[in-house]
Amino acid sequence: MTPFSYARAGDTTAATHLGVAAGAKYLGGGTNLVDLMRETIERPDTLVDVTGLSRTIEERGDGSLMIGAAVRNTAVAEHRAVRERYPVLARAILAGASGQIRNMATVGGNILQRTRCLYFYDDAARCNKRTPGAGCDAIDGFNRAHAILGASPTCVATHPSDMCVALAALGAVVHLENATGARTMPLVDLHRLPAGRPEVETLLEPGELITAIELPQLPCAVRSTYRKVRDRASYSFALVSVAAVLDRSDDGMVRDVRLALGGVAHKPWRAFTAEAALRGRPTNEACFRAAAEAELADAAPLRDNGFKIELTRRTIVAVLNELAGEAA
Amino acid sequence: MTTIRDAAQKIMQTAIGLAPERWLPGGTPDPLIGRHGAIGSSVPRVDGPRKVKGEAPFAAEVPARNMTYAALVYSTIARGHIATLETDAAQAAPGVVLVMTYRNAPRMAPPAVFMSDPRAAGASSLPVMQDDAIHWNGEPIAVILAETQEQADHAATLVRVTYTEEAASTSFEYAAAHAHRPDNVLGEPAVIEIGNAEAALAEAAHKIDRTYHTPRYSHAAIEPHAATVWWEADGQLIVHDATQMLNGTRWTLAGIFGLKEEQIRILSPFVGGGFGGKALWNHQILAIAASRLSGRPVRVALSREGVFRVSGGRTTTRQRVALGARADGTLSALIHTGIAAMTAYNNCPEQFSFPARHLYAAGSFKLEQKVADIDMVANTFMRAPGESVGTFALESAIDELADDMGLDPIELRRRIEPAKDPTSDHPFSSRHLLDAYARGAERFGWSARSPTPRARREGEWLIGMGVATATYPYYRMPGGTARITLTRAGHACVAMASHEMGMGTATVQVQATADRLGLPLTHVTFAYGDTALPPGTIAGGSSQTASIAAAVTAAGEKLVSALLKLVGNASPLAGLKAGDIVARDGGLGHRALADRFESYVSILSRANRDQVSAEAEAPMPLEVQKYAMHSYGAQFCEVRVNAVTGETRVSRFLGAFDTGRIVNPRTAASQFRGGIIMGLGLALTEETLFDERTGRIMNASLAEYHVPVHLDVPEIDVIWTDTPDPRAPLGAHGIGEIGITGVGAAVANAVYNATGRRIRDLPITLDKLLGST
Repeated sequence: MTPFSYARAGDTTAATHLGVAAGAKYLGGGTNLVDLMRETIERPDTLVDVTGLSRTIEERGDGSLMIGAAVRNTAVAEHRAVRERYPVLARAILAGASGQIRNMATVGGNILQRTRCLYFYDDAARCNKRTPGAGCDAIDGFNRAHAILGASPTCVATHPSDMCVALAALGAVVHLENATGARTMPLVDLHRLPAGRPEVETLLEPGELITAIELPQLPCAVRSTYRKVRDRASYSFALVSVAAVLDRSDDGMVRDVRLALGGVAHKPWRAFTAEAALRGRPTNEACFRAAAEAELADAAPLRDNGFKIELTRRTIVAVLNELAGEAA
Repeated sequence: MTTIRDAAQKIMQTAIGLAPERWLPGGTPDPLIGRHGAIGSSVPRVDGPRKVKGEAPFAAEVPARNMTYAALVYSTIARGHIATLETDAAQAAPGVVLVMTYRNAPRMAPPAVFMSDPRAAGASSLPVMQDDAIHWNGEPIAVILAETQEQADHAATLVRVTYTEEAASTSFEYAAAHAHRPDNVLGEPAVIEIGNAEAALAEAAHKIDRTYHTPRYSHAAIEPHAATVWWEADGQLIVHDATQMLNGTRWTLAGIFGLKEEQIRILSPFVGGGFGGKALWNHQILAIAASRLSGRPVRVALSREGVFRVSGGRTTTRQRVALGARADGTLSALIHTGIAAMTAYNNCPEQFSFPARHLYAAGSFKLEQKVADIDMVANTFMRAPGESVGTFALESAIDELADDMGLDPIELRRRIEPAKDPTSDHPFSSRHLLDAYARGAERFGWSARSPTPRARREGEWLIGMGVATATYPYYRMPGGTARITLTRAGHACVAMASHEMGMGTATVQVQATADRLGLPLTHVTFAYGDTALPPGTIAGGSSQTASIAAAVTAAGEKLVSALLKLVGNASPLAGLKAGDIVARDGGLGHRALADRFESYVSILSRANRDQVSAEAEAPMPLEVQKYAMHSYGAQFCEVRVNAVTGETRVSRFLGAFDTGRIVNPRTAASQFRGGIIMGLGLALTEETLFDERTGRIMNASLAEYHVPVHLDVPEIDVIWTDTPDPRAPLGAHGIGEIGITGVGAAVANAVYNATGRRIRDLPITLDKLLGST
């Protein structure tokens, strides 16, 4: 680990003032950032500890839920309103990491965690994220866990979060603040695809701090779930995950659907194409499959991860079948 | 090259007259084998309370004044030379005490590699940091000593190195095409041919001819390798190590540093899991060298990444198993051949063909092992090296043959059960494999299995059952010496430089000694883990329990003789010979006459002695020259394979073992279960990702190297025949390794029964099953 200075922010204003300095990083639970510092992948000059800020979950009059960025993952998953109104989010969080890590990890930190690409983590390897222009050793290397959607010749890494997949499906809005002001942004827009600049992973401005996540009112989310497919039963990242909300009308048609995928792209992947293909269509397996195939039409396999295309298709269909069965 | 076997045989030729009769033909078995006393009881681990209270000092916790902390810098190429090496920034970093590279490292002889001498413990014969040559990706190229671990770790990141790369052998397929026969495989011949197996196979009524692949696996013991070392003012070297080969480490270090063995003391009272990996690797040697240069104590505690880079694991294999069967289900041909990756500097050819040498009767055999030279960290022993992956191939093939012939796989094994060892012709000392199968089948509910794949489904889950044989040799290592000290208070302390890695060594030896001397458990202690004690043998090959017990038996006999010399004419024992005596009730007595008895307390008091000591070396393990001595088991597995995703979950597991007498059911059950869990990792989740472009291990962390987690492990039932082996001390076999054997095949066979799909390439990950579900 490279030496650094540490400051604990008393309020958001102080945090954003400190955070705008070059070389500053916000510190949440540290479950990913500190690991990366130990590996010297991250070398911040200053850590601005923001775990003292915005630690509440507020149920608002308009039916939305405002979750402070420093709320621990465990607290989100345990919150009654989350479990009852947005079960997909509770399930996604509990599918991730371990109990100890979830107790430490914050919502803001979870969103900004970095890829677990083996070549990103090993500074003996070439990685365009660590060193722009260096090349990518994952493209022809071990890439079983890598992207099938939205990848680029510069980077095939995936975003590792489970929570974000649920947030993407729920249409979560990210609240941001820096010294010049505050703004909001849909979570699905926050993360970038790699294109030619995989080192730029989000649209955050310098010093911009995630202060909260807003879950808009979505009554149909009571019928939602998260399914994570992985190499062991716990404590491994998703090969593929699916977050889904299904609103079925009395005549068996899809009134509304929200679908997001994890483990397949550089960002939490909202499956807009599949959603469009499903709305107004019957809730049967043929339609589910057609929608999944439409979403995956541009999926591109690498050396080791071709199985993910079929796995994603099957998992989407199984999750939608499950939700449709619950509704029946 | 001199092998252990050669060396042992030389010693045996001179020692044969000294061998005790009891373990040889016509001899009387150990009188303790049928006794129910402390032996056979579920005694809690004697080291347990200290460990749960955090009071057991491990190697990385031993304090020292003026300590320095070591960090290693690892090479990032597989083969070549260091071109430039800049260490000024590291040297100038805060707290740095020493930067050691090949330029300033003391001159050291190469380690004596394991098997080059019976005492050798080196994992590799490569010189350690003696020149600019690089031999594997991850080889240490610099050692930083600093006042704190954090300072050392930081300074290590400041070392700048460039290389002149040379072509490295990192492709298994390429190296396999140039594979060669090793001189021997752990002292056994690399090839055994009986009859013409290929011809018999060609003519067989039923045949299976398959290729199986097993990947690299890495050690992942809970305690990463560590050592705390210093040099005393008088030149004595003190090494607090985490090791399973105390005396071998001492002898080998003496050779490396040009010392006499007496100048070195190794202490290792507690080891947080060994599994074959806790041997002499670079880190201890470098720490000792750095301590010599700095004049200060050094603690080297490998990071998890360091464990992957510096210490090897189970190596890659490609195995062919071909079985030819007659119409009656007997075998006309058994072929098991293959290739294991190895370095040119070590001696672990992964003895995957060993099970086929001893398990089944066949009309002809062709068993052959080759090695493929790879530039990698030296592979090494890892819980049942050879047998673990060898039984995956062999027992998968047996299952394939049974399926092909329409026979129940247990019934097929009944038909090929041999009357004597099929390749050596030796009689079995004790073999109750079919008994283990029968007991296991009944308890597991094997009769409920449908022989037809895909016959059982619950929702998305396909359910199947599989079975496989477990087997591991009985070994007893020569060279161990035990000392028993009996005090006037009637307490006995056994002392031997042996190893407690969490398996219950101290506990079972206290039990055995208590029964041997007729003492209660509370009156026996066991001193171990220190080369200042009489020499022990390695904790390897599941040999330690028998090896220690044989030495304690010999010392016990000497102790009885010494005590008889002390008794005067007034003793009830007066005039009795050692052959008349049994130890019982806290003293010695005539074997038949109850009143001819005197307690130890009385004997020592009468003789006015505070204590009596006796020390003896175990006799050579000649029993293994006369008998085929092995442990067995039947592994039963039920899996659920998700028809949508291909995920495999083990829902039930039972191991039925035949391993001689069980000394302690509590520690035995834990050993068996631990082996089975490690087998589930071997079968389903674990794989060291070795990037063949660079020779670099890419998943050097427990986040990405997937050992089974709690949710991967079902309730595991373990039962045993508890039938004593009359040729083994205590009637017992070591049981540390057999648990993992057969598990890979039991899982794979269950997956076949569930899905109809044979996976011959471990680990069985979901992508391999997706197409079939």
